[in-house]
Amino acid sequence: MAGITSYGAYVPLLRMSRKVMSAATGWSSSAMSLPGEKAVANYDEDSLTMATAAAIDCLNGGSREAVDGLYFATTTPPYRERQNAGIIATALDLRPEIRSCDFSDSLKAGTGALLAAIDAVTAGSDKNVLVCASDCRLGMGGSPQEVIFGEGAAAFQVGTENVIASLEGRYSLTLDFMDQWRMDGDRFNRSWEDRWTRDEAYTKFIPQAITGLLKKCGLEAKDFAKVIFPCIYLREHAAIARRLQLEPEQVQQEMLTTLGDTGTANSLMMLVAALEDAKPGDKILVASYGNGSDAMYFQVTDQIEKVRDRRAIKKHAESRKDLTSYEKYSAFRNVIPMEMGVRGEVGPTMVSMMWRDRKTILGLCGAKCKKCGTPQYPYQRVCVNPSCGAIDEMEYYRFSDKNGKLFSYTGDSLAYSVSPPEFYGIVEFEGGGRFAFNLTDCELDQLSVDMPVEMTFRKKYLDQVRGIHGYFWKAMPPRV
Amino acid sequence: MPEGIRDKVAVIGMGCTRFGELWDKGPEDLMIDAFKEAIEDAGIEKKDLQAAWQGGPEFTSVNVGDSALPLAQALKLPFIPVTKVENMCASGTEAFRGACYAVASGSCDIAMALGLEKLKDTGYGGLPEFTHWAAIGTKHRIIGANQTAPGMFAMLATRYFNQYKISPEDGKRMLAMVSAKSHHNGSMNPKAHLRREVTVEQIMNAPIVAWPLGLFDCCGVSDGSAAAIVCRADMAKNFKKDPVYVKSLQIAACSGEEEMYTNYDYTHIETTTRAAVRAYEEAGVKNAREEISMSEVHDCFSITEAVTMEDLQFSSRGKVMEDIMGGRFNLDGAQPCQPDGGLKCFGHPIGASGIRMIYEMYLQLRGKADKRQLKDPKLGLTHNLGGIPYRSVVSIVIVGR
Repeated sequence: MAGITSYGAYVPLLRMSRKVMSAATGWSSSAMSLPGEKAVANYDEDSLTMATAAAIDCLNGGSREAVDGLYFATTTPPYRERQNAGIIATALDLRPEIRSCDFSDSLKAGTGALLAAIDAVTAGSDKNVLVCASDCRLGMGGSPQEVIFGEGAAAFQVGTENVIASLEGRYSLTLDFMDQWRMDGDRFNRSWEDRWTRDEAYTKFIPQAITGLLKKCGLEAKDFAKVIFPCIYLREHAAIARRLQLEPEQVQQEMLTTLGDTGTANSLMMLVAALEDAKPGDKILVASYGNGSDAMYFQVTDQIEKVRDRRAIKKHAESRKDLTSYEKYSAFRNVIPMEMGVRGEVGPTMVSMMWRDRKTILGLCGAKCKKCGTPQYPYQRVCVNPSCGAIDEMEYYRFSDKNGKLFSYTGDSLAYSVSPPEFYGIVEFEGGGRFAFNLTDCELDQLSVDMPVEMTFRKKYLDQVRGIHGYFWKAMPPRV
Repeated sequence: MPEGIRDKVAVIGMGCTRFGELWDKGPEDLMIDAFKEAIEDAGIEKKDLQAAWQGGPEFTSVNVGDSALPLAQALKLPFIPVTKVENMCASGTEAFRGACYAVASGSCDIAMALGLEKLKDTGYGGLPEFTHWAAIGTKHRIIGANQTAPGMFAMLATRYFNQYKISPEDGKRMLAMVSAKSHHNGSMNPKAHLRREVTVEQIMNAPIVAWPLGLFDCCGVSDGSAAAIVCRADMAKNFKKDPVYVKSLQIAACSGEEEMYTNYDYTHIETTTRAAVRAYEEAGVKNAREEISMSEVHDCFSITEAVTMEDLQFSSRGKVMEDIMGGRFNLDGAQPCQPDGGLKCFGHPIGASGIRMIYEMYLQLRGKADKRQLKDPKLGLTHNLGGIPYRSVVSIVIVGR
């Protein structure tokens, strides 16, 4: 039976308290009062980098050669033309002979991608498909959306062997309900009346999808260990659970007050959280929301015990840092245009070079000398080991999954950064190899010589001349 | 060991503009000013020059342009061979090396090396945002850290302090001594850009540019030009009663080992270390700490000067702090360093710096350094470090009487 074979997630380090937000914009609008905080992507993160991080968590050192499909779901793709999944696949150093696809334009694109992947493996066209979903939606200052939206990512591997949660049933609804929308070129969501969305969408579609699935499968709500559904209204989330006659322990904890509504990733991140606690034999029901709903019924197998070693939601959620400046958040999203200075002027990016060196740049692959075994970055044709120097004896060697230590570092106030100072240091990789990288998700007083670091895929710059997101890898203190 | 350049070429005339934020001077003005002083000093005319080398600019885009034509056309050189050389901060010294090698080879008798850089037409402080090959959008800048020069050298200090168990407080004080000394010397130099004494406390309390380096740990950024006229050693006295002789010319370029292999300790500069060994051999120097009377080294940052003292064998490894705190490199110390104020006070118009350093040696060796004059120096060493600690080109010149 086809289903999920691995899971992973990513939550950015930064959290913003909703008190910070109301202190900043409460004077303009007091309509939305939601407690808690939301996860906020750092200035160098977007849906694509967060999806990559979740995919890495999901792969968890497993074979990348074995992956033969990559689906990426988001409503906030960095590119409108140029496949975003293709960038993730290159960053993950997957084989080029795979099927990749972007799923977009609806919050249920995440569950849509997961269902499509399961269909692909069920049909036998692919054996191992990686699905990731992530969103980085922007609400207008003072809007309910700004308060509600959070940022994060989920990832799954899907297959027919070593399945940890098999898909036993499904039920989908497609309803062109315009609660929120964005036209091409819009930065911010538009929306229709809040009460209409609450009463006519969430309160109706979610129960409709869930009961539809139960009926189709001949099951009752009480048969499920966990039932997962998103709802941006806390009271209605509880009310829906009551209507479905769910016991409190059957309801997967909402993430609205801790991470925010993470869009296409929302119900999938909740599914990851449920799988983290699931026991063999558990039945899990997950319903997404967005222009209808996809409801899925998973049966947890005893294989689940083999995939516990993930950061997933729990460890990522524990690893947090307060972003206390609303202005900084707005500057990160370029809502407040900040002075960059001439050092902030970048580009033009050389696209043909980016293609030629894609394994070096996006894939963080260097070379390993077949004669002396020296790993080196970037890829070299002449071995850098002074006692070797062999020419053209190299094989590609991936550094992105190697841990390292910080050989030296600095915080630079002269270099341009969206969030100065710019941190960088020399990373010495376990197993050999050394190179200078930017550091992210850190403060100066957190850094020390020889401390452990790991690599993270980030947006390094925005080339406004040619309209190109410059992705590369940075080092950071391990999240766990 | 090849026989080398020692005593084959002499410097018979030099010129050096005032360095600084020369808003009213373009690159042509800088070249003409340095040239005028040099040929007057040598007592020759333009027609006596048989070849010329233009050192730099590295940042060709800043109002100068590529090739050697800027020099040839600014000076209206009469169709003689003119060549531009560029090797980052070693460019000026490369021009000098080219001129010396031409004379030593017998292909000409009198040649000129002129270095220049016009940095202050960029609209901001610090060096321009790297060269064309390293602009963001190129491979080097996508995979490299979004670095600046202060940051890359700051990491030298971070690692040096760690390796030798120096507290940040003590380390910063040592570095402050380096800068305070240079500011003292520079205050006596009418051609320096920064001519103010600065106290150790002011230096230590200055705003941080790249931790642990503060504002006064960084050299200035300026415009300037310097020129040298060289000729065959055996004809030098026809022009000058007290010429200065070239004892050694060495260059070392990184192989990539420090950057990508794992044997580099990031507490020294490998290229300086290697070039120094060859330079001393060429000049016949057995004990650099004893025999080199004075030096002008590449103090782009205070930490660079500190580790350079070790790389040049003036101080033992890990021991430069004792020598700095003991005043060894002060103007009245045993082995003065930066008698003219260094990059610290002159700023660093990249292509010009190497020849500006030789200019100070030329003055000192001939007793013409006014208030800064050292007592009876015999051998002077100049040193340029282009690039960053693990990706550098170093030049060393030794000159003497």
